[in-house]
Amino acid sequence: MIEVAGLKKHFRVHRRPPGLAAAVRSLWHRQYDTVKAVDDISFTIARGERVGFLGPNGAGKTTTMKVLSGLLHPSAGEVTVAGHRPAARSPAFLEQITLVMGQKQQLMWDLPPSETYALNRAVFGVEPAAARQTLAELTELLGLAGLTDKPTRQLSLGERMKCELAAALLHRPTTLFLDEPTIGLDVAMQVTIRDFIRDYNQRHDATVLLTSHYMDDVVALCPRVIVIDGGRLIHDGDLRALVKTMIPDKLVSFTGAVAPEEVARLGEVIKAEGGRTTVRVPEARLREVVGHLLDRAGADLAVEDPPLEDVMRKLFKDKRAGP
Amino acid sequence: MTRALRAMPTLVRIGLTEALAYRAEMLVWLLTTTMPLVMLGLWTSVADEAPFRAWATRDFVAYYLVALIVRNLTSNWVAWQMSEEIRTGAVAGRLLRPVHPFAGYLGTHLGAVPLRAVAVAPVMLVVLWSSARAVLVTDPAHLGLVALALVGAWALTFAVFLCLGALAFFLDKSLGIVDVYFGVFAIMSGYLIPLPLLPAWLRATAAWLPFRAMLGDPVAIAIGRVPDAGQAARLVAQQWAWATALLLVAAWMWRRGVRRYEAFGG
Repeated sequence: MIEVAGLKKHFRVHRRPPGLAAAVRSLWHRQYDTVKAVDDISFTIARGERVGFLGPNGAGKTTTMKVLSGLLHPSAGEVTVAGHRPAARSPAFLEQITLVMGQKQQLMWDLPPSETYALNRAVFGVEPAAARQTLAELTELLGLAGLTDKPTRQLSLGERMKCELAAALLHRPTTLFLDEPTIGLDVAMQVTIRDFIRDYNQRHDATVLLTSHYMDDVVALCPRVIVIDGGRLIHDGDLRALVKTMIPDKLVSFTGAVAPEEVARLGEVIKAEGGRTTVRVPEARLREVVGHLLDRAGADLAVEDPPLEDVMRKLFKDKRAGP
Repeated sequence: MTRALRAMPTLVRIGLTEALAYRAEMLVWLLTTTMPLVMLGLWTSVADEAPFRAWATRDFVAYYLVALIVRNLTSNWVAWQMSEEIRTGAVAGRLLRPVHPFAGYLGTHLGAVPLRAVAVAPVMLVVLWSSARAVLVTDPAHLGLVALALVGAWALTFAVFLCLGALAFFLDKSLGIVDVYFGVFAIMSGYLIPLPLLPAWLRATAAWLPFRAMLGDPVAIAIGRVPDAGQAARLVAQQWAWATALLLVAAWMWRRGVRRYEAFGG
């Protein structure tokens, strides 16, 4: 369970104009700006939920994750995670959570991941039998066989991330903060990691808060999304409802001989290549368009939601344009 | 605390594994601490003519070889490690583990001690087979104090480097301070020149600082320059007091630094 009420995290940042004169002046008169990284956000996440935490770069996602994991003190507001105040970083709290940052690793670079596992087992006080059982489970789910005894530096990016996840989950945390866990990974590896996260969530009823720039991760994993921009919460709710509200259209793709002028009448053409055409159709006309295409183009027809990237782009554009 | 103690054997074992993985770097690191050999060459050429203030050649040989051993056994690189981790944000990983980060650093650097001992073993053999052997203490009381002083010097040096490492929370280029520290350490610890040979005012200043307890005092006890066991025990007690005090300072700096990190971000 995660409860956030009125969370603010403001940083005071030293500002110095360019040039030597400004550099000398700043020795005596330092000027500061206040950066509102997170500005009054509130939400609650129930045990076992998988929630996508979305926003453009600099929106405040990582700052929020760090506050929730106890690495940063909030400037204001109340935060509780698994019944603990994160800022106290009590051992009982740290045993309940894990923070995986795709761009920062905890594995020891020149030693095999098995040494990091031994270290984590010792510091988290995991009994050897329990650690063996967890590692066996993680090895099976993540396909770690043959990887954990090679020096970390010799592993590929994807292999490292799998080993990183195993290190982060050895103590069986119930709350997972995952900050870009699939960054830089190829599509197959992204799918492996996604499947693993879903599996872990279901096996252990773990709460998952996930940030990712890959919208496929979010679509595949998170029924609910929290969206922030400029440190403020701009949406919290069901992912499908968000898509429907923002872009009440569907993408209909089909193959087959349909005359160009007829296609143009069906909807806005998004893509036409390799004999496959995709049109954007308002939901109100969907039944009519699909019926028409089934008569004309045969059965090879698919109806999809618009890409989440488009939804996000529209959401941020609308919010910035104001009411 | 209990958790850290329980984890310590694993932390030390991993520290040793890490030291073995970085053996080439450690050898290069050890080569940077050979200043006593340079000073040995200089002083023995002086003392060969005639003893210098009652220091004969064999005294200089014993002093600098033992200094080399003490320096190599008690040194560590925790300040550089901390500086790097704080600068890059990697320290977050330590903050998310349920033991004090100092326990992790302690394990890493205790783990490196056996490898350091192996590296200085040839110097120890030279000491035992050279003229230096004649001035080494042999009575059990002094030998016990030498052992305590060596452990104390390790602990004190570790505490000093923890303080220097924690500066990275407050300064962008904290390792510059480490360079300044080395300048002061080299003079005030007896690393460059035995403390009894320093000018009186420098000797008096060094007496009030912790540096001598990191090197000069353990060496002096080992080579019989502190014949009174009671006086040697007082020096060891002072050394442990310094180690305790500076460990507390390091813990305080760490707490302040982490608070700053929590406020301003990594």
